[in-house]
This record gives sequence, C-alpha cells and structure tokens, in this order.
Amino acid sequence: MRPDQWQELFSLSLEHVVLVCSSIGIACAIAIPGAILLSRKPTPRRTALAVANILQTIPSLAMFGFLIPIPLIGGIGKRTAIVALVVYALLPLVRNTLTGILGVDPAVRESAIAMGMTPGQVLRQVELPLAAPTIMAGLRIATVTSIGTAVIAAAIGGGGLGVLIFRGISFNDSRQILLGAIPAAVMALLADEGLGWLERRFLRYR
Amino acid sequence: MMPAVVEFANVTYAVGGRVVLCDFNLAVEEGETLVLLGRSGSGKTTALKLVNALLVPQRGEVRVEGKPTTKWDLVPLRRRIGYVIQEAGLFPHFTVEQNVALVPSLEKWDAARTRARVEELLARVGLPAAQFAARYPRELSGGERQRTGVARALANDPPILLFDEPFGALDPVTRLDLQKHFLALREQLRKTALFVTHDTREALLLATRIALLSQGSLVFTGTPREFRQSRLPEAQSFLETVALPA
Repeated sequence: MRPDQWQELFSLSLEHVVLVCSSIGIACAIAIPGAILLSRKPTPRRTALAVANILQTIPSLAMFGFLIPIPLIGGIGKRTAIVALVVYALLPLVRNTLTGILGVDPAVRESAIAMGMTPGQVLRQVELPLAAPTIMAGLRIATVTSIGTAVIAAAIGGGGLGVLIFRGISFNDSRQILLGAIPAAVMALLADEGLGWLERRFLRYR
Repeated sequence: MMPAVVEFANVTYAVGGRVVLCDFNLAVEEGETLVLLGRSGSGKTTALKLVNALLVPQRGEVRVEGKPTTKWDLVPLRRRIGYVIQEAGLFPHFTVEQNVALVPSLEKWDAARTRARVEELLARVGLPAAQFAARYPRELSGGERQRTGVARALANDPPILLFDEPFGALDPVTRLDLQKHFLALREQLRKTALFVTHDTREALLLATRIALLSQGSLVFTGTPREFRQSRLPEAQSFLETVALPA
C-alpha cells in the first residue's frame, strides 16, 4: 500500500471510531436514565419497548433514507448517521438496563428499603451495581452492532470505513472492500474485548 | 401506663380484593418477644411489614412508640426497627463487613467506630471477623448468612426487631443452634421483638408471648404455657404438630 492509502485508512478508521463513540455515548445518556424511569412504571414500559423493537426492525439503509428529509436531525452527513446509530443502540441498552434492574432479588430490595435506604440510595447502591453486568452486556452488543452499522453511514456521506467498502463495491475491487471490512471487524473484536475487560476489572463481585 | 412499643389498632389490610388482616388489634410491650404464629396466608408477614411501613393499613393504624406509622418520617422509623428475613436479604455485592456496616455507613459513622461495631457484632453472632468479614454472602452457609443478617439488623442498636421466619430455610440442627443463640442474645440485649413463624416448636421455645393468627384474625394471645393449654381448634392443630405419637 502507498503511504497516502495508509493515511486514508487511518483517518477513515478514526472517523469510524468517532461515529460509534458519539452515538453510543448519546444512546447511553438517553437509554439508561430512560430505562431507570421505565423500571418504575409498567404501562409506559411496554409501549417504550414496543417502539424500540419496531425501530430495530427498520433496515439501516431505509433508516438513513427516512432521516434525510427530516429538518434539524436529517440531511446528508455525520449528524444523520449518528442519529440513526443512536436509534439502533437504544433497544439493547434499554432492554438490558430494564432486565438488570427488574432482576434484582425482591428480598434484597425489600431489606434495603426496610433499613431506611431512600429510593435514590437503593438505586445507586443496590439496583445499579447489581444490574451493572447486564447493562454492560447491553453496551457490548450495542457497540459491536454499531461498529457494523456505521459502515452504512458512508452511503449518506457520514464517512468512516464504509467509504472504502462502498468504493470497492462500485469499482468491483475486492481489495478495497476488504481494506474497509477487516479493520471494522478488528475494531468490533477489540471493542468487545475491551469492554469485557472493563467489566471484569470494575463490575464483578465474586 | 407506658404506651405499647408497637400497637395495632383496628387494622385492616386487603390486597386485590382479598382481606389479609381483618380488624387486627395487638399491643407489643417493651422487652417482650411476641411470636406471630399462623399458617401460610394467615396474615402474619403482612402484620410484620405494617410495623416498618413496608405496607400501610387501609383502615385503622399501626403505632410505633405511640405514633402512627403514617405520621413517621420513614427513614428514622426504619432505623429504629431492625429487620431480618428468610435467606437474610443480604446484598450479594457487599462483603459480610459491608453488609453489617450498611446502616452505620448510611448514618455516616466514622470508619473506626464502624469497624469496631462490625467486629463486636460479628463476634456476638458467632462469626469471627478475621475469618468472615471479607467474605461475600455466596461464600457463606445458610446459617452463616442468617447470622450476618442478624448482625446487620443490630448494627445501629435499634430498640425494635422484626423477624420474618429467619430460620425457616435452615436444617433442623443449624436452626436449633441459631434459636439458642437468639435466646442468649435476647438475654444480653433486651430488645422488643416481633417474630413470625409457622413452626410451633420455634414459637414455644422463643416466645414470651404467642399471638395466633388464623385467616387474618387474631384468635389467641397468651404465654407459651397458656398456649399449650388452649382448647382452641387452631391452637390444637398447631400443638399436634409437635406432639410425639403415643
């Protein structure tokens, strides 16, 4: 490979990482507090999960198509790509946060309340720490799928490794396709391993 | 006369159309161990949860130290009431030491005082701190978990203790061991205790007074000796469970 090709690969990889990190960050900021609220309210919980399920079934190319004409969040470029990636990350994050919190042993929660812990203390000291491994599993799923989906972002000018893949497809050049696909796959493996390591390091109690 | 430490006054509690407790009246005096005895579904656990306001009565009121639970601030009310349940309800992500130190840490005791208190309590319940403090609940036997639960409930020296079938899941030998320990602790601590069980032997052994519940109503109160002599059919049914075959 020529030096300018290495340089392009590097800058597209970086773009890819930025797309994924910012969308996962935004998705966490929406999904985790949202799921905590939903864990207290069974009726909106069903509605919210249904909506998240439906959003998940929209094919990613169609999703980008839908978003382009929408003012403020739509258009061509990174912003639209990030919005779509956020939407896809919501379901695993909301679902796993809910599963984690609702899965806390009722006897543990009850004894926490009976010892005079406030709802905030129960959440921070009992529910969230016990739900953390499940939430973390959701974060890993969301991150890995997001690295894959972000490839499609190139179709609407979002940049990232998808640029190489789409170029390879249009020039019928499998070398270019692999040049985009292999780093994306490596990135997904590294992200999963890295998050797994963080989980073992900080979230596991024996 | 001193007001009762815990008093149920015309308490009715229903859930989903089923009346769990019906016009329930009972006063618990300072220092006594009142055992609520009854079959499953007789309302005894509900009665217990009304004391620390995990549940609130639909009619009547439960008074703790003379004040209705609905008028209490919930945090100080619950800090005056230790609560021990079956399987202990320990926090699985906390060590034994952290579990026992929970209420002190919520009340922001300094580290030295907390540590000393935890060591004292663990010694009291027969779990030497050097050996057990750093363990997690899953690394304990059922009996050890239950002892930890008792230590945790005693941490800030609450005047009232609630026990909800704390020894129900233990094997008979361990259970007797903990029951004896309970009696010894009672001699040292002189707390007011409400103890829920469906085990006649346990009731006769631990109670200073027995309250028998049947289908949400109080059908008998009296000392264990009086209970043994009761002619009530429900009391007879419970006594039969400990009678040896002739």
